[in-house]
Amino acid sequence: MSTTVATPAAKDPQPGKPPKARMSDRANAENRLGLKLVAPAVIIMLVVTAWPMIQALYLSTFRYRLTSPDDKEFVGLGNYGTVLTDGLFWQDTWNTVLIMVITVSVELVIGFIFAMVMHRVIFARGVIRTSILIPYGTITVVSAFAWQFTFSINNGWVNSWFEWLPWIGPDTNWFGDHWPAMFAIMVSEIWKTTPFMSLLLLAGLSQVSEDMIEAAKVDGATWWQRLWKVILPNMRAAIMVAVLFRALDAFRIFDNIFVMTRGAQDTESSSFLTYRQVIEQLQLGLGSALSVLLFLSVLLLAFLIVKLFRVDLAQARGEG
Amino acid sequence: MTASALLAACSSDDGDTPELIWYTNPDSGGQAKVAANCTEAADGAYKITTQVLPQDANQQRIQLIRRLAAEDPGIDIMSIDPPFTAEFSNAGYLADIPDELQATLSEQSFEGATTAATWNDELVVAPFWSNTQVLWYRKSFAEKVGIDMTQPVTWDQIIDAAAQGGGKVAVQANKYEGYVVWINALISGAGGDIVSDTEQGADASIDIDSEAGAAAAAVIEKLAGSPAAPADLSVAQEGQAGATFGSDQGAFLVNWTYIWTNFDEAQPEVKEDLGFARYPQTVEGEESHPPYGGIGVGVSAFSQHEKESMQAIECITNAENQGVNAELTGNMPASEGGYEYPPLAEIYPQELLDLFQESLDAAAPRSVSPYWSDISGSIQSTWHPASGVSPETPADSKSFMREVLDQRRLL
Repeated sequence: MSTTVATPAAKDPQPGKPPKARMSDRANAENRLGLKLVAPAVIIMLVVTAWPMIQALYLSTFRYRLTSPDDKEFVGLGNYGTVLTDGLFWQDTWNTVLIMVITVSVELVIGFIFAMVMHRVIFARGVIRTSILIPYGTITVVSAFAWQFTFSINNGWVNSWFEWLPWIGPDTNWFGDHWPAMFAIMVSEIWKTTPFMSLLLLAGLSQVSEDMIEAAKVDGATWWQRLWKVILPNMRAAIMVAVLFRALDAFRIFDNIFVMTRGAQDTESSSFLTYRQVIEQLQLGLGSALSVLLFLSVLLLAFLIVKLFRVDLAQARGEG
Repeated sequence: MTASALLAACSSDDGDTPELIWYTNPDSGGQAKVAANCTEAADGAYKITTQVLPQDANQQRIQLIRRLAAEDPGIDIMSIDPPFTAEFSNAGYLADIPDELQATLSEQSFEGATTAATWNDELVVAPFWSNTQVLWYRKSFAEKVGIDMTQPVTWDQIIDAAAQGGGKVAVQANKYEGYVVWINALISGAGGDIVSDTEQGADASIDIDSEAGAAAAAVIEKLAGSPAAPADLSVAQEGQAGATFGSDQGAFLVNWTYIWTNFDEAQPEVKEDLGFARYPQTVEGEESHPPYGGIGVGVSAFSQHEKESMQAIECITNAENQGVNAELTGNMPASEGGYEYPPLAEIYPQELLDLFQESLDAAAPRSVSPYWSDISGSIQSTWHPASGVSPETPADSKSFMREVLDQRRLL
């Protein structure tokens, strides 16, 4: 015996908005089944991701040190006030944004070149692609140590190989000053993650229609014009995804700084500051306030990048 | 019944012998050997298994605290660096040591070792080894520049001598605990303290902005601005300082006791040329107070084998085992009895063993405070890099530290 599922009465479409297509009973039933099927996963996701955030929000309202639990005191938004009026917070935020902007920009350019090479290469394609991707397969801590040794004043090769440059000598201490240390950190970051960027861009590049490029060529477009007028506009969604992923990743930079400078010479990032408050200083209240601010910064960053590229994500997914 | 049979089948071969897990700092096998000795001596009353903590003292503290805060019963015994003893005890992470054992430990240990192991008038860890720093120098260099190392020397003198002879004064000045060790010794050498009244917790008196603080800052400023400063001064830890000392420019080095055996195999020519003297004076004529380091062995408050663990720490820290550890690691005993372990006399010249003990007697431990990590972090933030130290640094660090202790600013 079949049952008829009652459909809700269709409302008048709002003026100025296209009328919503009425769904069939079958589609409604499938939707309900779909909701039931995904519900366990959604609940688990909420428990895993939302619960720690709620816990952090709660903890951030206390002055609370793990080793002095008896001195726990409710301070409301006091911790946020302390954080936002502290010069160290802004210094570290500036460092983080600077590292993110410079590394992502450089990676975008180099990554695109690598993607073009991987896309167009005819001979030894497998070897070339693998060679380009190797750094990304290296664990970040390992790559950070490798670059720390590279720039080391005692046994690094940078000082000896580049001694011919006027500002580099055998006694150049790369980790002895702010800017050289930041440079070393960024080089390490760029080396490690450019392959990831090129991989994402390669995916975008392979979706650009060869017919369009051929048509542009027939119309007399130069290589430069084909790149700017045909290839890049058609890769906008892929570029956005690449920039978004890498920017968020770069904003959370931690390992390289931890290994290379431990935050000395004012090279600390926001996530390193949060780590130190929570893990080293055991200041759960202040540290939680910092982690909440870090979370909000990441959300804001993601929002800004999506807006900047003006990409309809639904369209990019082919749902348009 | 089935469950009991299964549980019995899963239990260890040793039947009821409790397994005590001892978390040790990394070394060259000394603590593992001591654990084996005590397991044998216990004759089935317990057996000790060692687990190694990270290299960095601060990372050791973090790993232990995180697990102790969660009341993890998987830790029975811990090797704890002296500056963190008070914090662990104040937080309730250490089991009380029975009075009788406290008396034994106090009686056998050097006074400095007992002081560093005491919080709230109770001995909260068992002193195991006590380290101190001495001034190491290259005999050929001292001869070349004509400095008399048989008499007490000042920091000014060794910096001037090194600069004059084209040598380097190797110190630990990276942004880490080792740099604070140097600063603490400089301030103590000028008769001052970083903090006092530490029993007041976060309200301790901050004394770093003083004549002694100024004298310490003057030494660091002088070295950092001198040709005697190693190029890697701002990143130098114990290893880098040792490497500088072992290089052609090596002249002077302040470092721990293990340096005596450090160059044995790698650079025997450096070992031949290795001289030692009392830690340099901050102020001429005023006795130096060398840094104090070491390890105390504590029992976790959450151990399920507290009684056996107390027996074990008594065994671990007895004079002979302190000697065994010193022989294998170069980390010197915390008691005179430990120094009497015969093999030590074969490795170290008697005058060096005497110097170690004299230095321990005069040593200035870092302030015993449950807030030491905040105090140390504040100093690292305001005194690093050494090239940025100026006469204003002590005052800056005082106000910074006050705000950090009051939780009014980030560290």
